[in-house]
Amino acid sequence: MVYLTRRAEFSASHYYHNPEMTPEENRSIFGKSNNPHGHGHNYTLDVTVVGDVDPRTGMILDLKDLKKLLEAEVLRLMDHRFLNKEVPVFAHKIPTTENIAIEIWNLLASKLQVAKLHRIRLYESPDLYVDYYGE
Amino acid sequence: MVYLTRRYRFAAAHRLHSDALSEKENHSVYGKCNNPYGHGHNYVLEVTVAGPVDPATGTVMDLGLMDGTVEREVLERFDHKHLNLDVETFRNLVPTTENLCIEIYKLLRTKLEASNGARSTRLQRVRLEETNSNFFEYEGP
Repeated sequence: MVYLTRRAEFSASHYYHNPEMTPEENRSIFGKSNNPHGHGHNYTLDVTVVGDVDPRTGMILDLKDLKKLLEAEVLRLMDHRFLNKEVPVFAHKIPTTENIAIEIWNLLASKLQVAKLHRIRLYESPDLYVDYYGE
Repeated sequence: MVYLTRRYRFAAAHRLHSDALSEKENHSVYGKCNNPYGHGHNYVLEVTVAGPVDPATGTVMDLGLMDGTVEREVLERFDHKHLNLDVETFRNLVPTTENLCIEIYKLLRTKLEASNGARSTRLQRVRLEETNSNFFEYEGP
């Protein structure tokens, strides 16, 4: 069993706001991230898959396929977007790093054929990241 | 369950020396780290907490509370200090990065979990980099 990690980068804007809370509560919990105009990050996404090494190729999956999958499922949807307004799932769910990582898992898990998705690691900045293992 | 990791930095001096060893043994075990004048590192600390995502906030932990706890419990205690001379714990314990990592875990565990109120987020791991080439991880006993 071998674990392979592919890195991708995207930039997006977002803000944190829960419509069920008062404006004061939103400001107190989310601080400057509550600014409704949004703010942005350069996200770094590490996608780790796990599988057996195919003895014919010495690889667990074709890296081009993984790269294309990340582009088609994640980057096309989120890169250079305002997540709250342009990514439907975040119309009703706060696009925190936690929720973005879970959403990326949901987008990719069923699409991988050969290897299995093991971990989504999403860096919001070099000093903050989230790991999600699907449960 | 989501794992959230936050990175912090502090700088400190230390000297690796054990009273249980002879002078020669200390020199042989710790090498240049045994220099009686001490030496310093820029430590990089990664604190990982794990818990369910709160549906109301979309987060596993309030980052302000996490930063405040790490600031009070760890950074104020160790940053710009001589670990052997300025930190009570290390008067009788060699301040290797292993021991420092365990000490930070102990300092943070109850405080971090208490600062998060009723939520079930727990301290998962403390990872401490002494240099770019050396790091240590502790996940509790």
